[in-house]
Order: sequence, then structure tokens, then C-alpha cells
Amino acid sequence: MRMPLEDRISRRIVLGGLTAGAAGSIFGLKPSFAQQSSSLLTRAIPSSGEAVPLIGLGSWITFNVGDDPVSRKNSAAVMDRFFRFGGRMIDSSPMYGSSQEVIGEAVDKLKQAKQLFSATKVWISGKKDGIAQIEQSRALWRVPHFHLLQVHNLVSWEDHLETLAEMKSDNRLRYIGVTTSHGRRHDDLERIMRGRPIDFVQLTYNAADREAEERLLPLAAEKGIGVIVNRPFQGGALTEALEAEPVPGWAAEIDCRNWPQILLKYIVSHPAVTCAIPATSKVEHVAENMGACTGRLPDPAFRKRIASHIAEI
Amino acid sequence: MTDWLDYTPRDFLLFSPETYYRLFALHNEAVWPAHLYVAALVTAILVLSQRGSVDAGRLIAAILGAVWLWVAWAFHYERFATIHLGAPWYAAAFALQGFLLLLIGFFGRRLVVSPDRNAPQLIGYTLFLFAIFIQPLASLLLGRDLFQSEMFGMAPDPTAIGTLGLLLASNRSHWLLMIVPFLWCAVSGVTLWTMQSPEWFVMPAVGVVAAVLLFWKPFAAMGRERPSTVLRDA
Repeated sequence: MRMPLEDRISRRIVLGGLTAGAAGSIFGLKPSFAQQSSSLLTRAIPSSGEAVPLIGLGSWITFNVGDDPVSRKNSAAVMDRFFRFGGRMIDSSPMYGSSQEVIGEAVDKLKQAKQLFSATKVWISGKKDGIAQIEQSRALWRVPHFHLLQVHNLVSWEDHLETLAEMKSDNRLRYIGVTTSHGRRHDDLERIMRGRPIDFVQLTYNAADREAEERLLPLAAEKGIGVIVNRPFQGGALTEALEAEPVPGWAAEIDCRNWPQILLKYIVSHPAVTCAIPATSKVEHVAENMGACTGRLPDPAFRKRIASHIAEI
Repeated sequence: MTDWLDYTPRDFLLFSPETYYRLFALHNEAVWPAHLYVAALVTAILVLSQRGSVDAGRLIAAILGAVWLWVAWAFHYERFATIHLGAPWYAAAFALQGFLLLLIGFFGRRLVVSPDRNAPQLIGYTLFLFAIFIQPLASLLLGRDLFQSEMFGMAPDPTAIGTLGLLLASNRSHWLLMIVPFLWCAVSGVTLWTMQSPEWFVMPAVGVVAAVLLFWKPFAAMGRERPSTVLRDA
């Protein structure tokens, strides 16, 4: 009988893709924040081998601040801290109101276009409107090209995948993908993963929402598709629920100091996951989240322990 | 089409409560001193609503129409649209309401607010007073900043409640003029509910109360002769 994917991975595989600095932290060295940019845990994108840090930055709700100059400044500070830690992948969507514009303004201001791994989505019906929306997003992000374009929530996915494939073959795009969230339309997602040449899927997965472990994550590993995980904290509900709970003593065994780090390490320790994208509007939360991108990751037995603990709570 | 049926109201809440309430502070700062003009118009409504004449009703309708158009443009289109993709549609609905008030109330002379009020009209007028005096203080009562106050004629919620109140206090059952305010009570209630705001129930509750009053009004009028109003409406 074939063992589940998770059980087949050894600790060595879990730690795969680490930089030398990160290896130091695993063996007990505690790098300062300033050092961490060179010591983040990374994972290779299956279709290219390009390494990206395991923790990225989402922008749902948090960066949709409109014209508010104070909040825009705060969003730039969040991104600044993220880049200082060595973070790369920032994900957004035309659905997220002013988020793309806010990101573009901050990337420009921080002069971090080179470090940025730009991931956005197309979210509109019809091929022609999709092309126009992609160009509008590109202008808002102030980037020459996107690294990754995804079809948001599978809206008009057949039309848009055609467009994205054309862009990729013209070298105007590096990766293409599709997204869902809240555990919706997993059957459709599976069908696309089986039948289309995509580089990434984005889906909801966390210690409480584990449906993706059954079929989608093993399928992604089998097909060589990268996985971006959204809603790692269930939109804040998980961290809120755990706020009053003391951080278990065993957290130190995986170099976690708080619940967000435990929750994130649970996600990114799954070998099929390429990157988790927690969103935040608080600079101090960036430090917490990026803490999950260093140190030891839980092995399969430890992952079971985390999931059981969360289920009990 | 089925792609879009997957969405829930929560999916379209794309801003945080902090951002939403800061929006009112930014709006208030941006449009100051428009508050003074709106306060003058509200004072005018208070005076005109004690007259009970057709001409006073026309002026009330003109003021209401103007503030709905103002909120449509200044708040929904210019401000709310920066964080909410649906705001241009809200702006269109508010503009429609403004034009309907002008068409029916000002040009059609069909809005008369009499000082002689039966029970549903009195409760309706109380809703108007709630919108202009109490609702702006809600932000303070809920621990938010005074600059985030939502004022009648400046922000959509008190404008909708105040308008419902005045329409209920008027001579007729203006159901056509109440459709957009009713819809806004629902939209605002859902928005605040998804944000888990403590006052989320206020708008839906006002909507329900206003609907009950709307149906009660004709029965209350039957039990009470109001010759002066009838003459003025003829």
C-alpha cells in the first residue's frame, strides 16, 4: 500500500532548499532580523526550479485603503519590512479594490522591483476584457511584466488561460496559474490541474481547513504544479480563536514563538506547498509571519501533532 | 454565470473596519465646510416641516433630492469607490433617488409634511430626528473618533434613515420614494454585519420599522380626519 505523500517525506526533504544561513539557524543559531534576509527557507517552483521564500505577502483587505495617505504609508511600511526580511512574493487581484495601486506605489517608492515576485490575477468575464484588465493591473503595479498571473476564482478560466499561455510563450509572463479560495470548486480545480499546463494553483489550506491534503496537494506534487496557499489564518479567525491559548511548549522544537508561526509552519511544511501568503496591515505581524520562514519545520509526525492540537481547541 | 454564483456577501467585503471608518474621517475632512451648508439645509427642513404647505413640501423635496445627489457623487462616487468596487452602483442608485425626489416631490408637488401627525407619522418624524441628532453621535458612543461621524446629508446611512422618516411623516404613502432607502438599509446592514460592527442591526431594524409604518399609515389616516391635508393635496 502506498503511503500518503506527507508520510513519505523525511525531515531532510522538509528542510530541502535551505540556504546556508538557514541551516545555521536550524542548528541552534538565532539570526537577527537583519541577518534573516539571507537565511529564509525557500522552496523551488516545480516548473522552473526558481526558489522563492516559503512566506509571501497577501493583500486581500489589508492593502485596500483607497486614497488614505496614512494607511498608504502604513502599507508601504509593511512591504518595506517584508522586503527587509528577504520576502519576495506579493499577491493581489483586481478584485481587491485599491490594493494593486497601493502595492505599485510602495514598490516604486521602496525601489524593490528587483526583489519583488509579482503575482496578481485576472478577474473578469471574457477574453478581451481580461487582456485589458491585465494591462490595467500592470500599470497599477508599475512593473514591466508580472512573474505570475492567475485566473481568479476560475472566472472565465478557459478564455484567460488561453491569454496567459500566449503571454508566456511570448516571454511576457513567467508563470500562469488558477485560484480558488474558501475550499470552493475543488473538483473544477482538479480537472484543470489534470488537463492544463499550469505552473501554480492557489487554494485555501490551513490547520483547520485541510481538505486540500486529500487530493489537490498530492496531485500538485505529482503534476509538478506549485501551490500558493491563501487564507492561512482563515481570514484572521484562527489566530483570533487561538489568541487566548498559551503557546504550547513543543513550539520551541520547531522554532516557533507564537501561534501564527505554528500555523504557517504547518502549511509550508507540506512538501507540495510552495508559498503561503498571509496578509497583514501591521508591521509587527510581518516579523511574526516571516519568523515562520526560518528555523526548523515540523516533520510529518509533528504536523499531525499540530493538527490534533488545533482540532482539540 | 455560475462562476459568479459562488460568491457570498463576505467575499465582497474587501476592506477592514478601520479603513471603512477612516473613510468617513477623510470624507469629512475633504468636504469641510460643506457640513455648515448641510446643517443650514437640515434647519430649513425642521422649519418647513412645521408649515404643512405644498410649497414647504416642495422645498423639503428639493433639499432631500439635492442631498441624495450630493451623497451619490461626493461620498459614493468620489470616496467609497476608492475601496469598494460596487460603490459606483450605489452612486447610481442614490442619484436615481435624488432625481425621483425632485420629480415627485418638487415638480410633482406630491410631498407634504404636516405638523399635525398621527402615530406612524410621528414615529416617522422621530426617525428623522434620530438621523439628524443621534446618528452622528454613534461613532463617539461606539468609541470611535468624532471626525468619523456620519451626518445626515453627508453620509448614506443617516441620509437614508432621515429620508425614510420624512417620507413616513408626510401625507401620502410614498412607496416609490422608499425603495432605494429600503435597499440601502439592507446593503448597509449586510456591510456592517460582515465587518462585525456592533451597530450592524440599526439599518435593517429601521428598514423593518419603516416598512411596518408604511403599511400602518393608511389605516391610521382612515381613523383620523385630516381635512387640511386633503385640501392641500387635491
